[in-house]
Formats: sequence, structure tokens, C-alpha cells
Amino acid sequence: MRPEDLGNFETAWCPGCGNFGILDALKDALVKLDIDMHKTVFVSGIGQAAKEPQYLNCNFFNGLHGRAIPAATGIKLANKDLHVIVTSGDGDIYGEGGNHFIHAIRRNIDITVIVHDNQIYGLTKGQASPTSDLGFVTKVQPHGVINEPVHPLAMAIALGAGFVARSFSGDKAHLSSMIQQAVAFKGFSLVDVLQPCVTFNKKNNFAWYKHRIQPLPQDYDAHNKALAFEKALQWGDAIPVGVIYRDGRPAYEDACGLMAEKSILSQGPDPSKLTQILQEFF
Amino acid sequence: MGLQGSFMSNVDLTIKIAGEAGQGLQAIGGLLSRLFARKGYHVFANQVVQSRVRGGHNWFAIRIADHPVHSPSLKTDILVALDTESSCHLKELGKDSIVIFDSRQAAFPAGAGRMLDVPMAELASKAGGNKLMVNTVAASLVLGLLNFDSGEFFAFLVQSFGKKDKETGETNVKVARAGYDFARKLTPAVKTTDVSRPAGKPKMLVGGSEAVALGALTAGCQFISAYPMSPSTGIMTYLASKAELCHIVVEQSEDEVASINMAVGASFAGVRAMTASSGGGFALMIEGLSLAGMVETPIVVVLAQRPAPATGLPTRTAQEDLLFAIHAGHGEFPRVVMAPADIEGCFYATARAFNLADKYRIPVIILTDQLLADSFAAIDALHPEKIRIQRYLMAEGELGQAKDYKSFLLTPSGVSPRALPGNPYCFVAADSDEHDEYGRITEDLDEMRPRMVEKRNRKMKGLLRELKGPSWYGPRNAKEVLVGWGSTYGALKEAVDALQADGVSVALAHFEDLWPMDKRHFDFLKKVRLAVVAENNFTGQLANLITRTTGVVMDRRISKYNGLPFTAREVVDAYKDLRKKGGRR
Repeated sequence: MRPEDLGNFETAWCPGCGNFGILDALKDALVKLDIDMHKTVFVSGIGQAAKEPQYLNCNFFNGLHGRAIPAATGIKLANKDLHVIVTSGDGDIYGEGGNHFIHAIRRNIDITVIVHDNQIYGLTKGQASPTSDLGFVTKVQPHGVINEPVHPLAMAIALGAGFVARSFSGDKAHLSSMIQQAVAFKGFSLVDVLQPCVTFNKKNNFAWYKHRIQPLPQDYDAHNKALAFEKALQWGDAIPVGVIYRDGRPAYEDACGLMAEKSILSQGPDPSKLTQILQEFF
Repeated sequence: MGLQGSFMSNVDLTIKIAGEAGQGLQAIGGLLSRLFARKGYHVFANQVVQSRVRGGHNWFAIRIADHPVHSPSLKTDILVALDTESSCHLKELGKDSIVIFDSRQAAFPAGAGRMLDVPMAELASKAGGNKLMVNTVAASLVLGLLNFDSGEFFAFLVQSFGKKDKETGETNVKVARAGYDFARKLTPAVKTTDVSRPAGKPKMLVGGSEAVALGALTAGCQFISAYPMSPSTGIMTYLASKAELCHIVVEQSEDEVASINMAVGASFAGVRAMTASSGGGFALMIEGLSLAGMVETPIVVVLAQRPAPATGLPTRTAQEDLLFAIHAGHGEFPRVVMAPADIEGCFYATARAFNLADKYRIPVIILTDQLLADSFAAIDALHPEKIRIQRYLMAEGELGQAKDYKSFLLTPSGVSPRALPGNPYCFVAADSDEHDEYGRITEDLDEMRPRMVEKRNRKMKGLLRELKGPSWYGPRNAKEVLVGWGSTYGALKEAVDALQADGVSVALAHFEDLWPMDKRHFDFLKKVRLAVVAENNFTGQLANLITRTTGVVMDRRISKYNGLPFTAREVVDAYKDLRKKGGRR
């Protein structure tokens, strides 16, 4: 696959938006993975980030706000031969869709969730998001955010996610690598992407992230859960990026004997069994 | 016996097993129902339970007849009273009724019928059984009194209990023999109906939730995501037991929002998908219902109604969600709402729902209720061969030709040819935003928005042709008509029989298809001098819908909203009362 096969679409994003970097890195990752786009479905919710699949030549399901993960789960359970990639924002995945985020990790569905995390609601014009920093001032939180921010990586690790990574929209090579590894990973994979919102988040801007992100050391052991928690919770002057946690446990599709061999779709229904089943009622 | 006593029938018998939750009422009731169905009898069994796991007062009522019965009876012929509270059923007894109780376990006051104080617990333990086997004693007493063939009974026990463990099967037979013999010794003095002879060919015994699930399997459904909620849970439970055999994913979701979004996702990917809940869960699904309408992805939603608002009465029955189902969802999009009339109907309606959903790429809502969901009926046979699975998907060849595939192609019917993601020829897109024909977001207000609104709603025209008018029961030229929908069918049909026997020229017009509603299906209203709508709700939702569709004011109504289903007797009395007050419209 060539990058131009993925298309070049006019976007509805603000000039300078972090989404451009994420789209760029995503395209790079897809090309490097040489993924079969016809066997790939992008799923998103609502928000500026959720528009990303619209700007790719691809199969996509741009569903409801907060409901990308359950739709993606349904798609994957029906046809496990598809690569299912969710791309949506922090409000969508961690806020409105928080409950689904929790339970998709528990299920360990083999999907990749890329969260465009700009710590703000953009499309609704600048309210606090679940990841907004304490004290962050908006028109709705005029005295500053007093709710403890969600720690998505720590949450994912606690719930048993097998692949938990963080990256930055301003580092295409790093982000592309994270996405490639996430897609290749069998089981639920999370890539939380720090991203500036040039219009509404004047605090966590490009420079703010750029100066804080810190790649994990070469000898970092991603299988060490206690260490991973520590890194996942680290925020402020230095924010670790990279594969923070990696673990192996069977994905839902393998644990569920029903589709261990073949996808549900390719098995097809078997109404011929009905005659036999109906006998049980006599 | 019972209401049917005045008609040409010999057997119409109601056995009621009453006691606390956890005493095994369902086990006894299920056993008896199954045996009578095998013997060729018509059976209608329903459960009335409190929303709790142990204690309280519940009952399982089995009506057995040699003619079709579809509703509970007001009268009880044999009451098995497992607790003192069962005395609340004394008012249902006639002078020939029998009460079986065990005063050593639970005191019981004297009533109208013949009181049989049987040491049930002692019979069980003396025969080597444990305390749980009091259930077997109770069932065997009933069967002994009715002279049910003991050989068939014992063979059935071995078959059902002996599957897992031979010893349990044998002990159950010993216990059953003790109870059966005890009852047989009583029978010269205690006269009862004799059911030793078969009433016909063996019948199936099917529950409402099972019938829905069987309909789904017959239609090739391969995905259900649902969150447990009474009285809908039985559908998911049954399907889970057939998951491997029928290749169906049964996923217990974290909430109903997830249920419907998962189902829409699964359907988008290409398998037939459904979800099921009751009113509260359905309320949570509604944004997803609107999504299904927007992305034109077929889905079947079962709404098993129970009395509301809010949590209401979780284990009781109602028909309060008709208008809710018809209007559920923001924005305007077509859907079908149907309410099967009986358990057999649950099977065929569900299968049909999947075909309609696929044909029009719409959500289809099946309205059942606790009465249907938790009842069992004897059925001659279900015919899966009558169901043809029609997916309306583009064939491989068509896909290869279609270089420029549009998921939402504007067509005269409003239905666009459907391809599935994963095919090697084209991309498939769906967007909850307003979209163009490819499924990509648009804000073209001059062209695309109005064209898409029109396209979606154009499907209503085709749907109107698909949907059936009311079924008609009784004389074609009846001067009066009783109108109903859904699960009330059995009670209303019997009420019509009884009214006719009393010389009233009345028929029943009963609706299964409720939306979209076609004015032409109401021509019968012009031909009658009295039309009465009977519904399990307060406001008269079908009556209002008819008025809205036809302009005819339907102000003669029979309503019941205490959480219990209609009995035919209640309908007859209410109907006669309405007539007395001057029935002319």
C-alpha cells in the first residue's frame, strides 16, 4: 500500500490542530504495517478527533458520542478477521464512554483504541474534559477544575489491559511506532496520544507537551506492572511516552471457543439445527 | 370447570402451585405442564411472582384443557398450597376444588373446597428423598388424583432427573411413587377429572422467551448483546444454551447503551443481531435506536414490557410501552413495531422481524410483556421450514461490478443495496452524522440533507404494504367489536366466545402489527355499532393510536393496570357493564 492510497481529504480541523499529526502518523503506521484496508474498519464516536476516519479511504463506522467502543466490539465479535481501530477523543472515550472503556478492557477484545487526548472538549467549544488538569480554567469551570483527572493509562493497567502506550502528536515516528505495535498486538491495546488543542487549550499547548515528554529508558521493563503504574501516573514536569505496559493474556476471540477457529460471520448461522432443538420441547 | 364450563368441552382444569420464592414452584409447574403437553393436552401456564429471590408469595398456574386455551382462568381447581399465605387463593375455589397442603409444614385455613392435608415432607423423606423432593411429592399427588398414567410419569422423571445422575433419577421415582399411591388411595372418595387418556398427539411446551429465542435462531440471528432485566432475560439465557450449536454470540453487556451499540456494530459487520430488554433498559437504548435508523443498519429489539414508570413492578405485566416504542428515538426515521399475540406468535414474529429489518435496513421492535415472556404454552409444532432467511445483501458478482459503491444510494424505495465491510471490492461507511450517499459527513443543506431525510422516510411506503391488518375472530358481520393488541389475545378471544354464548354479536379485531399503522385496516369500525378497546394500560394507548390514525374517537375502553393480565371473565364483565351504560358510539 502507498500513502496516497489512503486518500487526501479536506478536513474540518483548525489549522495547527494536533489531529493532523495523528492522522499523518496513523497513515504512516498503516503503510508500514502494509495492512489490508479492505479488512480494516475504523470506528469513532463524535468530536473533532472522531472525524479522523472520514479523512481516509477506508471502511468506517462513525457512531454515537461515547459509543465507539461498543460498536467496535460488535464489529469485532461478528467478524474477527477485521482489524478494528477506534480513533476518538478523551471526552468520547474516557467521559461519555467511560463505562465501555472499562468493560472492553475486561473483555480484552482485540481492538486498538487511539485516544486523541487534548485535555479539553473542542467541538463544544472549550469545556473541561476528564483529563483536564486540576485548576484548569474554562467558561464552565471558571474557578478551575476541582475534579481529579482520570488517569487513563493507570486505569487501563488496573483493569488488565495488555498493551498500554502513550505518545505525542508532534512526534510522528514515535506515534507511528506505537500504533504499529498496538495494531499488531493481540488483545485490547490503548494508545493515549497527547495532543494540543490550538483553539481552546492555551495551557497544554505544543510547547508544553514538547518540553515534558520523555521517552522510556532503553532498559525499561514493560512487563513490570508496579513500575508501569508508576510511569502511568507520572505527570507534570516529565511525562513518560512509549509502551508503558505489556502483558499477555488471551483475547476474547481466543478465550471464546465459539470463534476460536473461524469468525462468526464466516461460520454463518445454522438453522438446520432447529429440527433437533425443537425436539427438546416435546 | 372454569369459564369454559358452559361450552362444549370436557377438560378445562386449573392447577395452581402456590408458595414462597425458592420452594420450587417452577419445578413442579414445569414438570406438570410438560407432562400434560406430552399427553396432547392444551396447556397455558403462567407465573406470578414477586421481585425477590426467596420468600414472599408466588404462584405458578397451569390451565389444562382439551381445547385451545391462551389465558389464565380465575378459578382454581387444584391448589397446591406450600405456605400459609396461599390462603389468598381460597376465593378462587369452587365446591369441587381440591386443596393439597401439609399442615406439619405450613398451617392452612379451611376453605370452600375439599382439603387434603398430606404429609408431603414425610412422604418424601420416608421414600429416601431429601427436602427438595417435596416438589416431586406435590406433582405426584396432583397426577395421582387425576389418574395420569404413572408409567409415563415415572419414565419422564428418569429422563429429566437421570440425565446427570442416575441415583437422583431413581430416588425421584421412589418419592413420586409414594405420592402417587397416596393420591390414588384418596380418589374413590375425592372425585376429580380423569386424564388417563391422551387428548391428542404429543405437543411441545414452549415458554414465551424461548419462542422469541427460537424465532431468532430460525432467522439465523448470530448476535445478541443484552443486560439482564426482567422479564426479558430469558431470551439471552436460552440463546446462551445454544451458542455453540447455532453459532451465536451471546454477550452480556455492561449496560443497555452498550447492548444496542454492540448489536448495531455486529449487524454493520454482517451478522443478524438483536438485543432485548424491558422498558427501563429500552429507554437507555434509544439513542442507539436512532443510530440504527440513521446508519440504516438492521436490528431487532425485543421490548418485554412490565409495569412502569421507572422500576415499576419488575415481575408483573403491562402494555404500557406501545406509544413509547413507536416514538422512541430523536429525529424521524422509519421502524416497525409488532406485538405477537401468543407464544406461537412470538416465534414467527421474531423470525419475520429479522427479514423486515434486513429488507428495509431499519430497526424492528418486538413488544412482548411479562405475561408472554414467563408463560408456557402447549403447541402442536413450530415450523422453521416456513421461515425463509432473506438477507438482501449484494451478491459477490454485483460487488465486483460496483466500482463506485454508495452505502446510502438514493433510490425510489429509499432502500440502498447493502454491502458488508471486509469485501475486497469497496469500502463501506456509516455515519451517525448526516451524510452523503457514500456515508461521509455532510452539511449540504440545499441538496443532500433533504434528499437523505426523504430517502429514509420513503421506506414507510413499502412498510405500509408489508404490514398486516388485525386478525378477525368471530362472525364477519358482528355488530360489535372488541379491539386489542399483543398478549391479551387469549383472554379477549375467550371473552368473545363467552359473550357470543350469551347472545352478543361481537367479534375480536386483534393487532399484531402496530407500526406503521394503515388507515385502511380500520374499515371494520364503520360496520359496527360498538367498538371497545381492551388494554393492559391506563391511558388507552392503542385507542389513542387508532384515533390519531382514523379520526374515530375510541372512548369505550377496558383497562387493567394493576400488573396482572386480563382473565376472560373480567373482560366479559367489563364489556357487559359498558353495554349496559349504553354502548352506542
